Amino acid sequence: MDLPHGALVNYIFPNNEIVWWSILIAVYPYITGLIAGAFVVSGLAHVFKIKEFKAIGNFALIAAFSFGLFAAVPLLFHLGQPQRAYEIYFTPHLTSAMSIFGYIYTSYLILLMLEIWLIYRPHFIQKFNATTGLQRQIWYILTLGVTTYHPNSAKIDQKLILFLAGIGIPWAFVLHGYVGFVFGSVKAIAWWASPLQPVIFLLSAIVSGMAMLMVMYSFIKWWSKAAYDYAMVKKFIAFLWGIFILAFVLEILEVLFARYENGHHWAIIEPLLNGPLFGSYVIIQVLVLSFIPVFLLGYVVLSSVNGKKMLYLANLGSFMLVLQVLFMRFNVVVGGQLISKSERGFVDYHWEIFGREGILVSATILAAPFVTFYLISRFIPIFEKPAQE
Amino acid sequence: MKKLVSDFSELDSGSRRKFLQYAMSGAATILMVQMPDAAAIQGRGKGWKQMSTKHQYAYVIDINKCIGWGGCVRACGQENDVPEGVFRTWVERYVLTEDGVYVDSPKGGSEGFEPVSAEIQEKAQRSFFVPKMCNHCENPPCVQVCPVGATYKSPEGFVLIDHDYCLGCAYCVQACPYGARFINTEKHVSDKCTWCYHRVKQGNQPACVEACPTGARIFGDLMDPESDVSQIFNDSQWMVLKPDMYTSPMCFYVELPREVV
Repeated sequence: MDLPHGALVNYIFPNNEIVWWSILIAVYPYITGLIAGAFVVSGLAHVFKIKEFKAIGNFALIAAFSFGLFAAVPLLFHLGQPQRAYEIYFTPHLTSAMSIFGYIYTSYLILLMLEIWLIYRPHFIQKFNATTGLQRQIWYILTLGVTTYHPNSAKIDQKLILFLAGIGIPWAFVLHGYVGFVFGSVKAIAWWASPLQPVIFLLSAIVSGMAMLMVMYSFIKWWSKAAYDYAMVKKFIAFLWGIFILAFVLEILEVLFARYENGHHWAIIEPLLNGPLFGSYVIIQVLVLSFIPVFLLGYVVLSSVNGKKMLYLANLGSFMLVLQVLFMRFNVVVGGQLISKSERGFVDYHWEIFGREGILVSATILAAPFVTFYLISRFIPIFEKPAQE
Repeated sequence: MKKLVSDFSELDSGSRRKFLQYAMSGAATILMVQMPDAAAIQGRGKGWKQMSTKHQYAYVIDINKCIGWGGCVRACGQENDVPEGVFRTWVERYVLTEDGVYVDSPKGGSEGFEPVSAEIQEKAQRSFFVPKMCNHCENPPCVQVCPVGATYKSPEGFVLIDHDYCLGCAYCVQACPYGARFINTEKHVSDKCTWCYHRVKQGNQPACVEACPTGARIFGDLMDPESDVSQIFNDSQWMVLKPDMYTSPMCFYVELPREVV
């Protein structure tokens, strides 16, 4: 492995021996991205009225909410002093790119909850009227005390839902573009420092959210032995394919630009890509998990393939994209720290299994939204058309 | 050794927790206004940005005088209770050869340096030691990125951390181009060199400066024209680390070879 800057031995600054932002911090933008992606699908259904997506609009919204509940959890586990996390709300230091994350994230979660409540409140009222005892009390709480539902209410609700879904799309973009900005604005780490980073993060967020929805959709339909909506799947993959091409082009553009510019940036990035990131970035993220899905999904979209075969290909491509974005998050977050600020050495990343920021905690946090989704889906109809629509 | 004046009345006034004030004048406007103006910072006028204070501290490191003894690193560790494996200050050894640059800093240089291998020795053209530490930048990216304002710059030029307020998120660790910051593995908050603020305010020198037997480390007040740092500074024969980062460090290096990163 060639060392950067004419180094004869691997030299890293003594304080760079630890990768301070570990896999847990890679999970944070990953989950945040899933929210944005899932919400975009619900927006396509509710705002842009794409008819094929009508049946999955609420599914996407509930999925976005399930992811949303856990987006900040990796940060809390990572903080050295998590009990002080509230300070970010009370004394945000506004020159920091991170300081208003608390507000953006919380406001987005409130928006999601409002939209879900408006969509599902006819269901809550119906259940309140149909049950007794403790169950009735729980449904009553969910109705927020409004137990009657008039046609006029439905009209107002529809307008409010449209409004929330409408502002939700740019807000989802802000949420995730913002996460990209947190990384892209760090000039000390060349692999992060790029004005393209917010856009790349946003587009890859949409990709991961959409791809995850496709995998979840297929799994749920398979598990419940329900019929697949092939027309929706085909349309869905067309959107996913297009957005992924855009995301991938920008990801590659960033590297190609640095290569062509051939300046200080490239002096650091090149050894990184030829060295510690060669396997996980060049081989896995780019060659395997990007090129193959582009062709797979392209075949699904452009050919006449349909039925089960189309579904399998769509899911294989989607699953690879779910992994592609997970690898991308890892390669950005951890990868950026793998070249020491000494610019003359590479840092070893030690995989931790049981620690506070280890694989077990990360996997548990990643799994939590799916458990939450499952629990929610036990009580409210995910794919059924809600009464008011 | 010259006694430092200890008038720090302005130091703790602090510039954080201005949330209400910011909120009233509009967060967006503030964000724009707060963006550091690199041109203004680089065009330093007389070389550094004078704040409304009686003191303006700076640190000078003379590469020619450092012998790599490591007493400074040990003194710092004892004075500041620095956990093992992380360093508020460290010393690097550079050996320039015809094939490239050899750099090392075993245990931060705290125990001195063993001779380099015979192979490196054979090819060696020049070697020297470079002490490193927080640069207490005029335009500190660590202060900019702290989400709660736990790290701040005092009017006298110290970049400090409020350990009772720091979240331990490590964003400042990422933002520092010099690797000067770390997460204190015992306190679980961000940590770094303070120029021994607690000593300086009592009129003493930083522990590393006091421990240096050759005078390679010099600390003083730029507002005092008689101070060593003022005189070295006015000679303009100094360099800073990573000038392309536009952080305007307040640690000035004398005879810094260009191979040093």
